Amino acid sequence: MKLYFHYLSLHIRERMEYKKSFLLNLIGQFLGSFSAFLSVCFMFSRFHTVQGFTFSQVLLSFSVVLMAFSLSECFFRGFDVFSTMIGNGEFDRVLVRPRSTVFLVICSKLQLDRLSRMLQALVMLGYALPRCGVEWTLPRVGVLIMMIGCGMVVFCCLFICGATLSFFTIESIEIINIFTDGAREFGAYPFAVYGKGVLRLLTFVVPLACFQYWPMLWLMQPDSPLFYAFCPLLSLLFVIPVSLLWRLGVRKYCSTGS
Amino acid sequence: MIEVEHLCKTFTVSRRDAGMKQALGALFRREKETIRALDDVSFRIEDGEMVGYIGPNGAGKSSTIKVMSGILTPDSGNCRINGLVPWKQRKEHVSRIGVVFGSRSQLWWDIPVTDSFALLRDIYRIPDDVYHKNLSRLTEMLSLQQILRTPARQLSLGQRMRCEIAASLLHDPAVLFLDEPTIGLDAVSKLAVRDFIRQLNREKATTIILTTHDMQDIEALAGRIILIGKGKILMDGDTGQLSRQLSPSRTVRVSVRRFADIPLPQGVQLIEKRGEEGGQLIFSVDTEKVPIPQLISLLSAHLEMYDLSVENVSMDELVLSLYRKYQI
Repeated sequence: MKLYFHYLSLHIRERMEYKKSFLLNLIGQFLGSFSAFLSVCFMFSRFHTVQGFTFSQVLLSFSVVLMAFSLSECFFRGFDVFSTMIGNGEFDRVLVRPRSTVFLVICSKLQLDRLSRMLQALVMLGYALPRCGVEWTLPRVGVLIMMIGCGMVVFCCLFICGATLSFFTIESIEIINIFTDGAREFGAYPFAVYGKGVLRLLTFVVPLACFQYWPMLWLMQPDSPLFYAFCPLLSLLFVIPVSLLWRLGVRKYCSTGS
Repeated sequence: MIEVEHLCKTFTVSRRDAGMKQALGALFRREKETIRALDDVSFRIEDGEMVGYIGPNGAGKSSTIKVMSGILTPDSGNCRINGLVPWKQRKEHVSRIGVVFGSRSQLWWDIPVTDSFALLRDIYRIPDDVYHKNLSRLTEMLSLQQILRTPARQLSLGQRMRCEIAASLLHDPAVLFLDEPTIGLDAVSKLAVRDFIRQLNREKATTIILTTHDMQDIEALAGRIILIGKGKILMDGDTGQLSRQLSPSRTVRVSVRRFADIPLPQGVQLIEKRGEEGGQLIFSVDTEKVPIPQLISLLSAHLEMYDLSVENVSMDELVLSLYRKYQI
């Protein structure tokens, strides 16, 4: 963890070398995030229910997904540019360091500009929590934290998953973005909106619904089974196949000519 | 100790002709070719040895280094470095080795070099006292005082390479891999780097494995050469023995005031005659048939010489003749 902060401070120092670009970036990001927030407000002002889900349920799902996504993005987005790390041989360097490869890839590209996206997620969450009609008792807050925490892990796994593909293709593949950036967009609605098939896929294969739809049901409807509340923990199982895939990728790694 | 046994590694390379049509065609059907980058490579290197690993481009030098430093997993074969298998016990292994890629930097581009070093201290978990001791020793040996506080992007290539080498040695590695450490450096920087490497090997008994295309590097540094071509080890031996074995011939140049006829013994050939009345004569001598002293006394008996030089075959020519011999 100490090493992580060391990396962080270096990244900040590096960004500070180009002060103007850093400031402009931050402002730009903030304005961009703000417009996203506005669009959500407009959407809610026009529609009150979507396929039987109330406004407050949508609000809660959206803010949870957004928060989980922003958190993981802030830390794990380094995997987005992973294909360039492989292409230019930077990953060779990672492999000759006595630390976990995943950790070093995370540290190599910390994107501070993403902080403004996090700010947006915080605003959303702050806006949604009092308005979604849930009485916030201690266990419910616990489930909420679990939703966000596990959601973050699932998104991280998805980022890693996408990066792992570039071990086999060298170039990055956009397909995984359906589940990362895509999920942030369509995660605005409880996943059941998209039909049974999609819900099943998002429960058992890519466990996005495990930290969004099912625990949300428990929060919203007190008569739903307690089991739903612990669904987020199930999504953590996703870590296992992803880490196996990563290891396979590292073993298959061909480096580049030197 | 480094033990490499029967290492094999293949890569698949896809090929296509230039042009749009071929590019589209390649989407569906690719010509694939398997290249044996390493083909049954075996050798042993003792602690404290300095080994030059040479071969033409694409011979498998870098692949071998990458396997030994835990970057690549070979298809088959074994490799143990101080008892560890690089790709299986990666973290343990890499904390005891240093790797310098001549063409790739490990320094942070925009921040002072000391900051990069401090990060390495944390990555390798180097205790503070060891870190400061090593840093001041390396600073002195590589004369880094002035440049440590400069961002890497403002350093010259020579300065940067010295920093790269220092960065790879902060954690006291027992084995140092140098992948073309003098590539692109000027004469002064090359000498500085070579001097340092020699000193490191002598004082710390660090095992050094060096790949290079610069034969002066090999001449100055390596006592032993391993030659690889098309993925196979072709030769493994010490440099002096190599030059004797490969070419017993020397070139002798003499400057004379006046030319005269000399009865040349067998094994001596006049290659060139420069000048009219007097000038330079160049002979090629097979030293197995005619030892150099014998030739000199023969020449001085017949000619009035004012200069004489005996030239060894250069390392470059030596390696060229090796490449030719093994047809790589």
